[in-house]
Amino acid sequence: MPALCRDCLTTFDAGARCPACRSPRVSSHPELFDLTIAHMDCDAFYASVEKRDNPELRDKPIIIGGGKRGVVSTACYVARIKGVKSAMPMFQALKLCPEAIVIRPRMEAYVEASRAVRALMDELTPVVEPLSLDEAFMDLTGTARLHGAPPAVMLARLVKRMQSELGLTGSIGLSHNKFLAKVASDLDKPRGFSVIGKAETVEFLRHKPVRLIWGIGPAAQESLEAAGIRTFDDLSRWEIDALRQRFGGMGERLWHLARGEDARRVSAHTPIKSISNETTFYEDTANPVILDGHIWRLSEQVSARAKARELAGNVVTLKLKRANHRLLSRQLALHQPTQLADTIYRTARGLFDQVGAEGPYRLLGVGISDLVPSKDADREGDLLDPGAGRRADAERAADKIRAKFGKDSIVKGRALR
Amino acid sequence: MKFSIERAALLKAVAQAQSVVERRNTIPILANVLIEAEGDTVQFRATDLDIEVVDRAPAKVERPGATTVAAVMLNEIVRKLPDGALVTLTENGATGRLNIEAGRSSFSLATLPREDFPVMASSDYASNFSAPAPVLRRLFDKSKFAISTEETRYYLNGVYMHVSDSDGGKVLRCVATDGHRLARIDADLPEGAAGMPGVIVPRKTVGELRKLLEDDEMKIAVSVSETKVRFATPDITLTSKVIDGTFPDYTRVIPSGNTRRLEVDAAEFAKAVDRVATVSSERSRAVKLSLDEDRLVLSVNSPDSGAAEEELAVAYGDERLEIGFNAKYLLEIASQVDRENAVFMFNSSGDPALMREGNDTSAVYVVMPMRV
Repeated sequence: MPALCRDCLTTFDAGARCPACRSPRVSSHPELFDLTIAHMDCDAFYASVEKRDNPELRDKPIIIGGGKRGVVSTACYVARIKGVKSAMPMFQALKLCPEAIVIRPRMEAYVEASRAVRALMDELTPVVEPLSLDEAFMDLTGTARLHGAPPAVMLARLVKRMQSELGLTGSIGLSHNKFLAKVASDLDKPRGFSVIGKAETVEFLRHKPVRLIWGIGPAAQESLEAAGIRTFDDLSRWEIDALRQRFGGMGERLWHLARGEDARRVSAHTPIKSISNETTFYEDTANPVILDGHIWRLSEQVSARAKARELAGNVVTLKLKRANHRLLSRQLALHQPTQLADTIYRTARGLFDQVGAEGPYRLLGVGISDLVPSKDADREGDLLDPGAGRRADAERAADKIRAKFGKDSIVKGRALR
Repeated sequence: MKFSIERAALLKAVAQAQSVVERRNTIPILANVLIEAEGDTVQFRATDLDIEVVDRAPAKVERPGATTVAAVMLNEIVRKLPDGALVTLTENGATGRLNIEAGRSSFSLATLPREDFPVMASSDYASNFSAPAPVLRRLFDKSKFAISTEETRYYLNGVYMHVSDSDGGKVLRCVATDGHRLARIDADLPEGAAGMPGVIVPRKTVGELRKLLEDDEMKIAVSVSETKVRFATPDITLTSKVIDGTFPDYTRVIPSGNTRRLEVDAAEFAKAVDRVATVSSERSRAVKLSLDEDRLVLSVNSPDSGAAEEELAVAYGDERLEIGFNAKYLLEIASQVDRENAVFMFNSSGDPALMREGNDTSAVYVVMPMRV
């Protein structure tokens, strides 16, 4: 049976340990060198970035999340041992793991780390489909001759490089379609490498619960259960028409998934539709000065992301959540696409002024959408606002300073409120 | 109420009135036109609460009275009636319907009580004057293209009509801008207009007003107060609220120090701009103007779709200059020029440009450049 050492990348024929380096981190599978669809999922990504950037945290339980009533966005593996999970309310997490260090998310750092990981993936194949900052699908079909090595070897090399060059670890799922690749990457976390071959697909799925399917949440699970479907085995007993009838458009997809079939292609070009940032406050606030500070900081974050991706938006959206969780959203189409923090801020601020008095709020978000390439952005000045051109120049100059000396080398006073 | 009226007269009056009615509105009565028959005239009144139009038409009134019916439907019916028909409108008190009869056609429309119809409160007009239709037509036609549609700067959603000082004394001036282009049009100050308060005439009102200005011989009675403006002909009275806001100080926007002078045939220029802009793929079609000794090269370079270039013979004697503009804005201002050459005054590639017709400063346009 083909086997691969994930430490020294030696390929050999079966065995529990690598014949070259004696490492036990060996993957072996009959189809190991034939499978080409992969899913890479970083391990506790935000927490790993924090631990990498601050080695003192290395052995301590840390939780990334915001506010005293926020939720856990990521917990490191030390904290996970205590039972802390993603999306768990913070107070509950701290009850389970009182010694945990709570860290506010530093999105810029994660975005940057994500970009570095992406760059490594791009070296493997042009077909990389990111699902979020920390996971992506890759289609390595036809790359074996280019790399002189089968996909499995290149993937093992990818995670090895991620660890040595970026200080981050990830888990790989390798299979023959997206659905199974994603399922596989989750089987052996962290630092996992799991393979689901064609031959064992049906057997593998048989007793697994259907909630394994991406997109089957609690509600869908309930309606499946009402139909007596809990496992893939249950699902596979249904006729395609019966599934269609009962579950509509989803039915057909379920029928195929029951057989481990997923025809979706890995698509490198899922265009970004919008860029937005939001923040939940420590305490509800109606204070316009505080809210204004948030609008500015969020506008700056959105602008920074747009600039990094060379995109600009035609529409600015302001999102507010009231204390009673009612969501309020306002948007405005701009005269020309923008990526400038100044323009995003002024537009969002104008929207806020229309609704602002209806506070207090617990959450505020700013976003841009209807995206276009940034070369078309901010090309026209405003006759009635001669200062706009100078502010734009100042912002571009500040961007250059930040690029050279770091993000916090220059900030607006407004950002400190 | 019962009266008979010639179809053409009815259509003209109803068409005028129904155009102010908002197509989507939540207050039923605002979809209706108020018909009032009295003496030998019938009045049609429609409103959207911001604008009110009253049209008068001669009719043979048998029984005076008033009622309201759906304006758009009435207009459609009258429009489809044969030319030359005599139309009789009768209010049926028993059924609460308005019967419309013409030849062998008869219609019966639901009505709403006239008492529910909101009649716009009259205003104390600070200023009343009279202006020939062609004068007002020029003032508004040449400025309205620059009206903004931006809701946040609502005070730009109209034409600022006011009295201003010019080289030759006081003028009646209309200014419109959306922050990217500006139009400033002057006319001789009509007698009695000197004390007029400056008002921002909303976009929709400008559109409605235009219909009153077709007849070159017509004198338009204009009345202005701080909150309302009224334009009237013997048959039609258009009353409108004005935009409650302060128009920005546009004088700062009009460049006075631009010294680089380009003179070009406006029609040729517009055609060339239109041609080269064809290859532009972006929404804002940017055209680059490269100026050199008596030579203008218009070019568009759009990496995704292609490139275009056209050279024009022009009068230009200053230093070389490259400046970009939105093609749409250039076309719009060039189309305002109808008698002489277009004269552009530039400063640098980042500064607004000024355009006028020959040396006539009674109509000037300002355009903001674009990075190209």
